[in-house]
Amino acid sequence: MNFANLIKLAIRAILRNKTRALLTMLGIIIGISAVITMLSLGEGVKQGMTSEFASMGTNSIMVMPARQHRGGVDMGNSTSKSLDDKDLKALQAACPHVATFSPSVTAAVQMIVGSCNHSGSVQGCSPNYLTINNYSLDRGLMFTEQDVLTYAKVCVIGQTIVEELFPGGENPVGQSIRCGNIPLKVIGVLKEKGQGGFGNDADDIVLAPYTTVQKRFLGINYFHMLEASAVSQEASEAAATEITHTLRATHKIDNPDNDDFEVMTMNELMTSMDSMMSMITLLLTAIASISLIVGGIGIMNIMYVTVTERTREIGLRMSIGARQHDIMLQFLLESVVLSLIGGLIGILLGVMLSYVLVLAIQSSGSMPISFILSYSAIVISFIVCVAVGVFFGWYPARKAANLDPIQALRYE
Amino acid sequence: MAIIDIKDLRRDFVVGSEIVHALRGISFSIEPGEFVSIMGTSGSGKSTLLNILGCLDTPTSGTYTIDGTDVSTLNRNAQADIRNRKIGFVFQSYNLLPRTSVLENVELPLMYNKQYTARQRRERAMEVIHRVGLDQRIHHTSAQLSGGQQQRVAIARALVGDPVIILADEATGNLDTRTSYEIMALFQQLHSQGTTIAFVTHEPDIAAFTSRTIKLRDGHITEDYPVPTANAQAALDALPINEDY
Repeated sequence: MNFANLIKLAIRAILRNKTRALLTMLGIIIGISAVITMLSLGEGVKQGMTSEFASMGTNSIMVMPARQHRGGVDMGNSTSKSLDDKDLKALQAACPHVATFSPSVTAAVQMIVGSCNHSGSVQGCSPNYLTINNYSLDRGLMFTEQDVLTYAKVCVIGQTIVEELFPGGENPVGQSIRCGNIPLKVIGVLKEKGQGGFGNDADDIVLAPYTTVQKRFLGINYFHMLEASAVSQEASEAAATEITHTLRATHKIDNPDNDDFEVMTMNELMTSMDSMMSMITLLLTAIASISLIVGGIGIMNIMYVTVTERTREIGLRMSIGARQHDIMLQFLLESVVLSLIGGLIGILLGVMLSYVLVLAIQSSGSMPISFILSYSAIVISFIVCVAVGVFFGWYPARKAANLDPIQALRYE
Repeated sequence: MAIIDIKDLRRDFVVGSEIVHALRGISFSIEPGEFVSIMGTSGSGKSTLLNILGCLDTPTSGTYTIDGTDVSTLNRNAQADIRNRKIGFVFQSYNLLPRTSVLENVELPLMYNKQYTARQRRERAMEVIHRVGLDQRIHHTSAQLSGGQQQRVAIARALVGDPVIILADEATGNLDTRTSYEIMALFQQLHSQGTTIAFVTHEPDIAAFTSRTIKLRDGHITEDYPVPTANAQAALDALPINEDY
């Protein structure tokens, strides 16, 4: 019997028992739609994260002091005081792949303007911080190298700060914010940037010359961190190597194990984030696919019932000349078609479900996510459905094909 | 050349530790154009014989040649092909596919024969449906047909592959007398057109419509004689007009 006829036969057999077929397919439907949803949500989050990272500056590199141990006690991340002006000068001279550096020091403060106050931190940096982190000015000006040299009491603020401290809508530029005990004059306002790559608010920011934060707020002469920007995304690895070598030279370190600093590129971060997301997606998909196995067992069960119910039909087909493989193929195709129809419904349902979920997540704003129809997931689902149909239909179909025609014809 | 030639055919079944001899060495042959009835009580071995004749079973020993092919040693697939090309079955309980039209039921054997195209299949099926007189019902399903009509569909299905012999197993067993005679009249008509038929029955009045009777008893042939064929159409006409009217 040819293929088209067998498929027609399979569809007809399934349509004869619509309710039963639907119930049988339910496992596959749930399994496939769960897998599709997981894969497309995972892909969506990955994509959302990537674009967030991109907005932070894909070229950016961070140099952090290493963890410090004192008397065997781990003092925590970035606690050593290894990075200072000397390093900055050396790095600026020695790194052709780095476009620009900015030191970074932060001081947690309470900011007060009139009756409004806001708890946050002042970010000390150099003027090129904006370039490194993809910020741009909305109003006013960025402070200058001159301000850095003179520890000027000026700041540039983000939109969240504007909303918190100047709720009346007046122009903040020219006004003064009292940060702790020190008044900083607002000279510029940043354009809104939205969510940061780690889910933080990128607009909750007050920028001041790093020397101001070092000397006036903290009374230190080292940096918490050095931020840099490679000349291009591709150059960031080379830039990181240059930074590492230069710092080892200035710190007189021979053994890389003794490094008192860490260099991290955004590129690296994105890759590791990517692979982490892939892992999570894979795990969730694996869990979701368990119901595919359950669905497959349901199909197997119903195929056994079908074979028993249609024993006489099988006997008849054999008596008029069906070969064993004709019978085998007939029942195998029936289970594949059953599984495929379930898969098709599952794909549709999964796509709809993930679309709705993405909309819900987007409107809740808790995570960067975009809706992605994963074509590979759809193709894989199809293949999986065929595989499930064949795998779980195999035994019932073989049972049918191995029936003795005499017994089958006599079956009541 | 004989269509069916059987020599010293034996068939033993192992039931538990006992060996049951269903057929104890029988020989006969059926020539083209014969209408043979095979008679016997239950346990006589006639079902076993029919299964072997129909290539559904293989003999323990002896040879069975159908249309020049020795089939006693063929494998399952080759047997299936013989059933498809050389044999047409008619069963007591019709065995039509449920919820399937007359046309599709009749086409079914040709589905397993790759030599037929869809068009040839349809033409051939229409032809045999016409021969059994069901032209008006090709799109009816079996549930919409009477017992006699269903058996006609089964006969058309048996004829469609142009077999060398039709094997009927108690083909009138589920039918009332009038319908039985109608079916026998149809068989006689097909016989007169040259079809070879072997008809298993235990009813002597049905066997009387054939041209030769082989009687089986305990796995042996006890009698094999030509019958003066009674005319089924005449018997049908002689039946009293049914009291149901």
